[in-house]
Amino acid sequence: MIVARDLHKRFGDHEVLRGVSLTVGKGEVVAVIGPSGSGKSTLLRCLNHLETIDRGEVVIEGDTLVATDAAGHCRYVPEAEARRICRRMGMVFQHFNLFPHLTVLQNLIEAPITVKGLARDAIVPVADELLRKVGLFDKRDSYPSRLSGGQKQRVAIARALAMAPDIMLFDEPTSALDPELTGEVLRSMRELAEEHMTMLVVTHEMAFARDVSTRVIFMDGGDIVEAGEPAALFGNPSHPRTRAFLQRLS
Amino acid sequence: MEYILNILGPLLEGTVVTLQVFAATLVLAVPLGLALALVRVSRFRTASTAVSGYIWLMRGTPLMLQMLFIYFALPFVPYVGIRLPDFPAAIVAFVLNYAAYFAEIFRAGIQSIGRGQYEAGQVLGLSRAQTMRRIVLPQMIKRILPPMSNETITLVKDTSLIYVLAMNDLLRAARGIVQRDFTTMPFVVAAAFYLAMTLVLTWGFLRLEKKYAVYDE
Repeated sequence: MIVARDLHKRFGDHEVLRGVSLTVGKGEVVAVIGPSGSGKSTLLRCLNHLETIDRGEVVIEGDTLVATDAAGHCRYVPEAEARRICRRMGMVFQHFNLFPHLTVLQNLIEAPITVKGLARDAIVPVADELLRKVGLFDKRDSYPSRLSGGQKQRVAIARALAMAPDIMLFDEPTSALDPELTGEVLRSMRELAEEHMTMLVVTHEMAFARDVSTRVIFMDGGDIVEAGEPAALFGNPSHPRTRAFLQRLS
Repeated sequence: MEYILNILGPLLEGTVVTLQVFAATLVLAVPLGLALALVRVSRFRTASTAVSGYIWLMRGTPLMLQMLFIYFALPFVPYVGIRLPDFPAAIVAFVLNYAAYFAEIFRAGIQSIGRGQYEAGQVLGLSRAQTMRRIVLPQMIKRILPPMSNETITLVKDTSLIYVLAMNDLLRAARGIVQRDFTTMPFVVAAAFYLAMTLVLTWGFLRLEKKYAVYDE
């Protein structure tokens, strides 16, 4: 479970997050939609410490990652502790960020061995199973450069899952893909949702948001404008900015 | 031909000295250069600035001057002054100098690895050190092979500078014979020796590049 309260983040003069609060419960699939520059990705990156917030609080599975005291001092827990907390969240990036010098299998087992200290023999069967799940077992000994974009992203999903996270964060996972390749990635994500993985997905794929998510959040101008069940938000958006955004898309 | 065989002995002795300086420098300067590069890119501002200053000093003055300083002037420096024999003095100068050049090559290699690789390491729970060791440095190697090849070939030839400490490297041995016998043939033979050494290096680096060609980026 993720609890974020009153997140503030600015890059120079630009205030990217203006007091965003968000709770993602266990097994929820939350889609975050909104125009470019609305702060969706930054919100995601603040939750797992890829960005540091200026003010607010982030609690992951009951452990506080960062908190702000009454005097307004924003404090993170020590680095090792932060790493331990953030490890419970897997992340899938827009640009995959696979390790090019490692084979597909090595990409999956690197962190479990290095971080968790698992034996190779213990993690390889798990990795093989994950590769079967995303349909890429036959690519296990290939290097990432030999894969298509869709295959790379499915490897990235499997790599994140190999660390057995409680929560999966997706940062525009299909935005760098050709339209015909997005389907295979969305299918893997849908399967993950059906297994009740807790997911927070920043996406431009409205069909995915509508059909798979349990809740949709619309962000604009660094804040959450509207949130609700997909049927309600897409069918009958209450805020004019949400309406305008959805109209532009259709 | 017989003449060439005759002068081969002293030239080979010179080659041994050349190779000793080359090998000792390489073995010591690469790790030192890597350490310097890691400090240079680290978050520790003061240490990073100090390394920048060191690199400026080492690249900004002639290697020959550094060697002469360490051999002739270091003994007179208060407190730290020690008198080094010629071979160690040459090695110290070469290592200090080449480590600076290697450090810049390593730094360029490290900084050419995209932020996404660091972020991927971070979200998988790797510490900064683990990300550096397991993700960044292995990828750096592939990228720095061409400049490293350049630099090591330069090193082979730079070893001839040790003649200023009256050490008998390949070139000085050849020059000695030239002056004795009034023939330039020893220079030709010495050139062939240098070419053979750089050929081995070129070949070795090509093998490494092939090895790392198994993956693209």
